[in-house]
Amino acid sequence: MSDAKQYDVVVIGSGPGGLAAAISAKKTGADRVLIIERDVEPGGILLQCIHNGFGVEVFKQDLPGPAYAQRFIDEAFQVGVEFMLDTMVLEITRERRITAVSRKHGFVELQARAVVLAMGCRERTRAQIRLPGHRPAGVYTAGTAQRWVNVEGYMPGKRFVILGSGDIGMIMARRLTYEGAKVERVLEVMPYLSGLTRNYVQCLLDNDIELQLRHTVRRILGKNRVEAVEAVAVDEQMNYIPGTEEIIPCDTLLLSVGLIPENELSRQAGVAIDPITGGPFVDDSFQTSVPGIFSAGNVVHVYDLVDWVTEAGLTAGKSAARLVRSGLAAGDGPALPLKAGENVRYVVPHTLRPDHLADGDIRVQLRVRQPLERPVWVELRSGDKLLHRKGEPYARPGEMITLPVRPNLMDELKAAGELTVAVVAR
Amino acid sequence: MKSYDVIIIGGGVVGCMTARALSRYRLDVLLIEKESDIGMGASSANSAIIHAGHDPIPGTLKAEMNRLGNPMWDQLSRDLDIPFKRTGAYVVAVGPEEQAALEGLLQRGRENRVECEIISGEEMRRREPKVNPEVSGALYTPTAGLVDTFAACLAPLENAVMNGVEVMTETEFQGFIRSGRQITGIHTNRGDIACRWVINAAGVHSDEVMHLAGEREDFHITPRKGEYLILDGAEFKLDNILFPVPSAVSKGILVLGSTHGNVVVGPNSVADPDKEDTAVTPAGLEEVWSGARKLVPELNPRAVIAVFAGLRATGNAPTRAPGVTYSHDFIIEIAQEVDGLINLAGIESPGLTSAPAIAERVVELLRGAGETMQEKPDWNPIRRARPRFSQLSRQEQAELVRRDPRYGRVVCRCETVTEGEIVAEIHAPVPARTYDAIKRRTWTGTGRCQGAFDLPRVVDILSRELGIPVTEVTKKGRGSAFLVRPTKEVEA
Amino acid sequence: MPTQMEKVICVTCPKGCTLEVTREAETILKVEKAGCNRGTRYAQQELTDPRRMVATSVRIRGGLHPLLPVHTSAPFPKPRIRELLEALRRVEVQAPVELNQVILPDALGTGIDIRASRSMAPVHSAD
Repeated sequence: MSDAKQYDVVVIGSGPGGLAAAISAKKTGADRVLIIERDVEPGGILLQCIHNGFGVEVFKQDLPGPAYAQRFIDEAFQVGVEFMLDTMVLEITRERRITAVSRKHGFVELQARAVVLAMGCRERTRAQIRLPGHRPAGVYTAGTAQRWVNVEGYMPGKRFVILGSGDIGMIMARRLTYEGAKVERVLEVMPYLSGLTRNYVQCLLDNDIELQLRHTVRRILGKNRVEAVEAVAVDEQMNYIPGTEEIIPCDTLLLSVGLIPENELSRQAGVAIDPITGGPFVDDSFQTSVPGIFSAGNVVHVYDLVDWVTEAGLTAGKSAARLVRSGLAAGDGPALPLKAGENVRYVVPHTLRPDHLADGDIRVQLRVRQPLERPVWVELRSGDKLLHRKGEPYARPGEMITLPVRPNLMDELKAAGELTVAVVAR
Repeated sequence: MKSYDVIIIGGGVVGCMTARALSRYRLDVLLIEKESDIGMGASSANSAIIHAGHDPIPGTLKAEMNRLGNPMWDQLSRDLDIPFKRTGAYVVAVGPEEQAALEGLLQRGRENRVECEIISGEEMRRREPKVNPEVSGALYTPTAGLVDTFAACLAPLENAVMNGVEVMTETEFQGFIRSGRQITGIHTNRGDIACRWVINAAGVHSDEVMHLAGEREDFHITPRKGEYLILDGAEFKLDNILFPVPSAVSKGILVLGSTHGNVVVGPNSVADPDKEDTAVTPAGLEEVWSGARKLVPELNPRAVIAVFAGLRATGNAPTRAPGVTYSHDFIIEIAQEVDGLINLAGIESPGLTSAPAIAERVVELLRGAGETMQEKPDWNPIRRARPRFSQLSRQEQAELVRRDPRYGRVVCRCETVTEGEIVAEIHAPVPARTYDAIKRRTWTGTGRCQGAFDLPRVVDILSRELGIPVTEVTKKGRGSAFLVRPTKEVEA
Repeated sequence: MPTQMEKVICVTCPKGCTLEVTREAETILKVEKAGCNRGTRYAQQELTDPRRMVATSVRIRGGLHPLLPVHTSAPFPKPRIRELLEALRRVEVQAPVELNQVILPDALGTGIDIRASRSMAPVHSAD
């Protein structure tokens, strides 16, 4: 099987990150660009996210998920990106040899000069695992329910309790209400919302759905189908508070307890994974630890806005095409490590090449550990030296913070050593 | 009314192995199972060990069946394609008190005629570097092994079906039909069925079944629940079977590999009067976790991907052999109070190991009762497992996809299960008709995402292949449908 | 007449600013804590005529999927959303459909159209 098909850039996944990467690779001059997608049509999870609110930040347009996806699907076809749909990638090697399989194409072997990993993320199920009780029908992740309700056209229940205040959970609370179901409660174990505030307003408040912070599910009742859940309050150490148990009758429990980058293929390829983000270590061109393998979007770290995923895809695709054309992805200047400092849980990218500022801003993105409900500084430091800072009205773990590093900092950065990012009260 | 020579009540490993053993003879055999699938009880919710047999009290039926059953698994696994490996097992002692207890176990093992030896702590650490570094020594039993517990039920029953045995699921035994002392049939939720023999392999309910025949009214099963955690084999690897030094009531909480590559820890042992209660509990899981960490301190809670619980069919039958004092023995006998009933009851550990030996004992009991037991000339002892895409070489995968493109559609990405495999299970000799039945057979949905990706796809395939609306596709039979209505059909 | 202060969370963009609105009966005197001008406009709208973008789906025949996602062409009066959803449950369209195609013009007489959120090509049943 040595006559594997050759491609300049192969993108794994056709969500917003993958589409953007393929388009920008093509536009940057890569010759054959292929997207491999496991579903029967391109677009990824956006196709089931039928709610509005996509594209506001970067494109200044308020689009539903499928419409947002379609902009890029149409463009990808226009610029000549090739697609292999309904196809699952089984393996990627360090040498960028790809094995995939599908009903239509059978068993496929490909050789790529550059690969962009854009597999997105999957939903956490840890809560589901730990939940005591039987294993009845009626316990689903919010995303599975979303696919059923919005794409396949079936309702997975009549009375719902949602565990977790992630965006998908809150959005599903509204969707289910719109389609005639009753959402009894949203429970959140943390003392703060884990999704966006506006989703709390327009999904929960607008529809009179009660949110209980510092509450979780203690037990599922029902053997064949969920009959109720037992909710309980937790203290600061996450211990159940006796006496606060409440049985909430329902037939379905949805889990919206977070997302994890999907990186099985990346690991197989030998890509080093950051244990905190769950995604590859990347430089500012989104190249991973394996030369020629890039990654873009939620596979790197879980974003809360699709616009940022698209931007990351554009950068990764451009870098991949450059590598293919010139053998150089990210300039050859030294890369500075970028570390999470005070109250920062993680920061992406993990390394930064000051040289690269010649092309324009580098977007540094981070999440805080603890919420700070007052004005903060987001600071870029080298040792004790403050290089750059930006004000934000508040900092919340649920909302990613972006710190653009401007080209005018290039010289100062070139003289710097290790960089840290901190978020401190103003 | 349809009539059989033999009806087996219960599709656990004992019932399935018995069905296969009887399929060799000119007998009309029916196996009934009250659940939507076979192997849903203790048979598949256990430690998956083929025990060496050092542990049972010498002279008990448990000791005898274990000794007879253990060596049968090599040929069985070959003939029936049951995943099985003889790994050997270790009883791990930490400290002088436990070290001393090993001597007693060695003694008992030898009395049971089981190959065993004591190895040093150092040797134990060499063989399993993840073991508690304070290990002082271990009892090694080389003949212990690991088996795929569900395949141990499915494979023999499929082979039985190939040889003419019939199977009815969602069929519940409700009572005997008798003519004087002779059993002539049974009542079920699906109507009456005539037969000459009933084999009671009803697991935790085997006491109730025999009581309906007026047999052994003093025999009772008091289930003991055992809870387990499964760790992702990709995150934590361990291939051995590690037992702690046992207590009076159980073999203790183990850490062991599995034929699938995952690591399993458990079980605890809690008396549970509810025979259908397989709910896991926070306290139980905590107990299992801390117990397991005594054997392997570096177990990582983040690697846990699933939990489950099983009910041991612990009975109170005294051992009949003279001079042996033991009151939780197996019952493998022809009933005294009626004609036409064989009771296989109180079959807890080492029941899985013993099942093929118990099945052969049933054949002897029938022969002893005057059945001619004529062999079928065309009996086929071989059953082949259907292909598992993820276990094939790349070349074999390519070949399979060429032959049937449905093997090219991956439905479960974590375990790489294809549509072709799922369709094959739905149309197999013992068909999978629910999501959990597919999951048990193919491992769909058992990986990291726990079904979030595959569930809608599998529901779709089940609906299509069974010719039923998606709203009638269930997780595990009646009352467990996944979907309630089309999105747009809102009730007024 | 007494003035009163209310907090309103702006949903215009993902920032979700908590606006402080001071008003006297129906008259808004001032809007504070808004991150941008859109917040000020939002507060005025929210307190007088609250509206929301509505996204849902309608039945489609002959398409890849049984449902077609749709959305309102402009924010829709909040008190009438339920009524709109009921009306849309009765709508069924035929594939093909193009992105932004009007599925229901002038919904409930509001002047707001319901548009397709994606294209959906017809699927030929041969499979």
